[in-house]
Order: sequence, then structure tokens, then C-alpha cells
Amino acid sequence: MARKFLVLGEVRDGSLRNVSFEAIGAAKLAADGGEIVGVLVGDSVQDLGNELIQYGADRVVAVENDQLKQYTSDGFAQALLAVIEQEKPEGIFFGHTALGKDLAPKLAGKLESGLISDVTSIEEEGGNIVFTRPIYSGKAFEKKIVTGGVIFATIRPNNIEPLAKDESRSGDVAALSVDIKDLRTIIKDVVRKASEGVDLSEAKVIIAGGRGVKSEDGFEPLKELAQVLGGAVGASRGACDADYCDYSLQIGQTGKVVTPDLYIACGISGAIQHLAGMSNSKVIVAINKDPEANIFNVADYGIVGDLFEVIPLLTEEFKKLKVNA
Amino acid sequence: MNIYVLLKRTFDTEEKITLSNGKINEDGAEFIINPYDEYAVEEAIQVRDAQGGEVTVISVGTEEAEKQLRTALAMGADKAVLINIEDDIENGDQFTTAKIIGEYLKDKEADLIIAGNVAIDGGSGQVGPRVAEILGIPYITTITKLDIADGNVSVIRDVEGDSETIEASLPLLVTAQQGLNDPRYPSLPGIMKAKKKPLEELELDDLDLEEDDVEAKTKTIEIYLPAKKEAGKVLSGEIGDQVNELVQLLRSEAKVI
Repeated sequence: MARKFLVLGEVRDGSLRNVSFEAIGAAKLAADGGEIVGVLVGDSVQDLGNELIQYGADRVVAVENDQLKQYTSDGFAQALLAVIEQEKPEGIFFGHTALGKDLAPKLAGKLESGLISDVTSIEEEGGNIVFTRPIYSGKAFEKKIVTGGVIFATIRPNNIEPLAKDESRSGDVAALSVDIKDLRTIIKDVVRKASEGVDLSEAKVIIAGGRGVKSEDGFEPLKELAQVLGGAVGASRGACDADYCDYSLQIGQTGKVVTPDLYIACGISGAIQHLAGMSNSKVIVAINKDPEANIFNVADYGIVGDLFEVIPLLTEEFKKLKVNA
Repeated sequence: MNIYVLLKRTFDTEEKITLSNGKINEDGAEFIINPYDEYAVEEAIQVRDAQGGEVTVISVGTEEAEKQLRTALAMGADKAVLINIEDDIENGDQFTTAKIIGEYLKDKEADLIIAGNVAIDGGSGQVGPRVAEILGIPYITTITKLDIADGNVSVIRDVEGDSETIEASLPLLVTAQQGLNDPRYPSLPGIMKAKKKPLEELELDDLDLEEDDVEAKTKTIEIYLPAKKEAGKVLSGEIGDQVNELVQLLRSEAKVI
């Protein structure tokens, strides 16, 4: 049954986030041949419409308004409700990002609809769209369907393949004018702490440090390796509790749940709470002095050794590769 | 100030997950206050101590959640409400829970509602914003700092590692992120006092809700455990050789570089 889906194209620093292309890929799986309509919301976003189309959207609706320069749940909800009212889709997908997590429940609540958050795969089964998502931070999975209202879902980054970009695709990018008013929360200031690196939840490579990193400075070699690999730095709770790094880097049952292509755990013992946050990574490398460390039980490759010796060597090797490539 | 905390009883983070008859096996498992809700309880107590007022902790669940509610009372909350859905609802979802809490709160004139930003079991992170939407009040999720003066609220919100400073006014719902505070442990006198603090138990009937009013909008059709990982390869030899081998393996075998 062909279904029409909306996908929010999330804009950060003037560019579309990769997870939005993945969400289009997800919508393709769910739409069963139906139309995919990209949605853009912001103060100056209409120019990005073509890129959504090149990644598989059939057309795009853009809501531009000065009040939408920064994300607020009130402003974005008004914009999206107007688009939903106009398009009457069967479903709407978001990235499972700070924005998607904040906005989707409000809209689903308003429309008394089901929302399936943090989706890692989608399939058609007997006319139903079946969503798979981790529960207990990845210690188990559940398959769910939406039984009431509009089908809402947030798509976890790095799990559903985007369609290949097709620059020959074209489609209509239409503006929709929406009156945005009564914003009840006002953003006064934004401090960019994460801007120095790649966002953890979307990173393809993560170099994570635990108590074995020993100090704030101990993270330096990890940062260097992350930079060479174009990855992000993460941490275990132990490292955060010991003040070696900010809590925003924490990976685990509390903290972020990540699924990069490559996860390099450095000086992390592998407590069950940490494993919950990273064990579904595609390839896991463990570097730890203690050969009995639990992290080796989930690692694909392990090196028993001092991370301060191993990491710089590793960084050198990858640098050489880059030069040769 | 009239403060409410939304609290969920969850599996302890140490627990291994097993299945029995296609459901998560709860036998013998330890249960705790959802860690993010613990920050919410702590913050509510601190706001009350600074501003005056009363902290009421609400949980939707089964009678077993009384233990976690008593813990919140022992930490310093004033009252607790357990909305027991055991006999009425078999398969609820976030719509169900939010609708029940919304119905309970609609005439309570809450100034501030604090919830955890996500529960570590279901991991949906929906109930807070859904409750705010039902009550028609604004919300701010994943906060790491909360300041209230003369009814004006200033919060810091964690946005994937960046910090946004946001202003709003009461009434308001916020959800707690790690780093908001250090939750206290209940003291012994606190535990003794908690036994005498009011804990009200309600059912759907008491809220004038029918099962149909709160029927879930989603359905779980299967729960399964991830495939067991095969034991990995621990390298050996000189460290330098191990590093070379690892890089080769990542390139040619794992193909991630």
C-alpha cells in the first residue's frame, strides 16, 4: 500500500545533517512506492531543498520565517503542523537527534498519534510497517508497529543506509508561509562545546577513553587519533565521574548510545553499563593493560598493552596510510 | 511552589536482560528509580528548599513502584502518588502514560514539572513532552542547570554537547540530563520519615478514565536479544607489530578504514 511520508530535513550550521538523508532512506522503505515529501524549517533553508530531492525526496515544502532561525519546540511545531495539515501524510520521520527527540513527542502528542523513537531498521510485513528499536540501551530489541494516528518515527543515525545521491533528480521546492507566534521559550545564548569535533551520535569512528586515560591530558592522544580518522572522542562514565572530560562525552546506559562503524575503547574495563551504550558498534577494538578486562569479551580485535604506548603508534600508522592514499 | 516529579521504576543498570515467553524476564531483577528521574527528584527538592512549596512525586505503574516512591520520599519529597494500572492496562505505551499523567495533573495547578529526559528501559524519551503538550504548557528537555527567580526561569539545555541558555516562565515542564546535580542518598532519618509521608494510590476509575481513552497508539510485536558476539581476536607479539597487524585487519578484514 503506497503511503505518503514527510521527512524533516534537519539543518545544522547551514547544511543538512546526514541523518536526514538516512531518514529519507527509511521513508522509502516505509512508503511502499508512495510520495516522499521533504520538509525544511528555518529562516533561510529553501536552497537546501534540491539536496533532499537528490537524496530521494520527490518534492520539498519549505517553511521560512525569522522566528524559526533557532529551533524552539513551539516554533517548529507550528511550522510542521501547518505542513502536516496541508500534506495529510500517513507518516512523518525525523532523525533521532536532540531536535527530533525534542519535537516529535510534542507533535505526536498533539495529533494523538503513535511515535516510535530511536529506530534502527524498518521492514514491511503483511501491510504493516515494522520498526525495530533497541531497548534497555541495546541489551534487547523490540519490533513495533504504529496502531493509531499518524505514523511518527525518529531514526537513529548510522543505522539505515541513505539512498545514493543522484544529482540528476529534480523536483518542486515550494514555500509554505506560516504565521509563527507565541514562542514560550527563548534561546538567549548558545555555547558550542561540541563544535571542535564530530558529533558523537553521528560519528563513523569513535575513540573512547576510560579510567585508564588517567587525566584530562590523557585524552590528548585519543583526540589526535580521532582527528586523523575523522572521528569523535567519547568516554566511559568512569572517566566522566573522575572529571577527565565533560559528561556530554559519556557513552553508556546513562549517556549516549552509539553505533559507529569503528569503536576503539582505550583503557575502558567494559562495565555492563558502558557495553550497553556501544556494543552494537560494527567493529570494536579494545586496548587495555588488563588482559582480563571485560571489554575484550565484546571486542573484535584486542591489544593488551598500555594505551599511551599503543595509541600514538596507531595514530602514526593511520597517518602513513593517509599520506600513501 | 507546586512541584511535580514524574518517576519511573526501572531495571537496575547492572542487570543482564533475559527473555521468558517472549517478554523481558523480571524474576529476581533489582529495580531502581530511573537514573534520570533521580536527577529530577533531587532538583525538585533543591528548588523547593530555595523557593518554598511542595514536591509531589508521581509514578504510573504497578504496586511495586511504591518502593521507588518511598525512596524519593526518603530523599526529601513531600508526597507521592502511585497510579496503579496493573488491573486495567495490559499493553500501554507513551501515549497511555502521558494521557494518565496529564489527566491527573490537569487540575493540580503545577508550577514546575520535572521528569527524566529518558528512561533507561524503554528509552523512548516521549512522556515529558507529551505531558506538557496535554497540559498546554511549554517544556525544555535535557537540562543541565535550572535557575528560578520571581517566576522567571533560566535553564541550560544540553544539545548534543552544546549548551543553550533558554529563558521561559512558569508553569513549565523540564526533563533532566546527566550533570544537572548529584542526587543525594536517602538518610536514615529520611527513610524513617518517608514511612509516614502520604502516598496516595489511584486507579483509572479515580481519574474518570476508561481503558479506551488511554489505548496505546503503538504495539510491540516481538522482543528479542541481540545475537551473541563471537569471541574476538586478541593480538600478540611486539606492540609495534600488533599495531601494524591491527591496522591491516581493520583495512582488509573488517574494512572499516
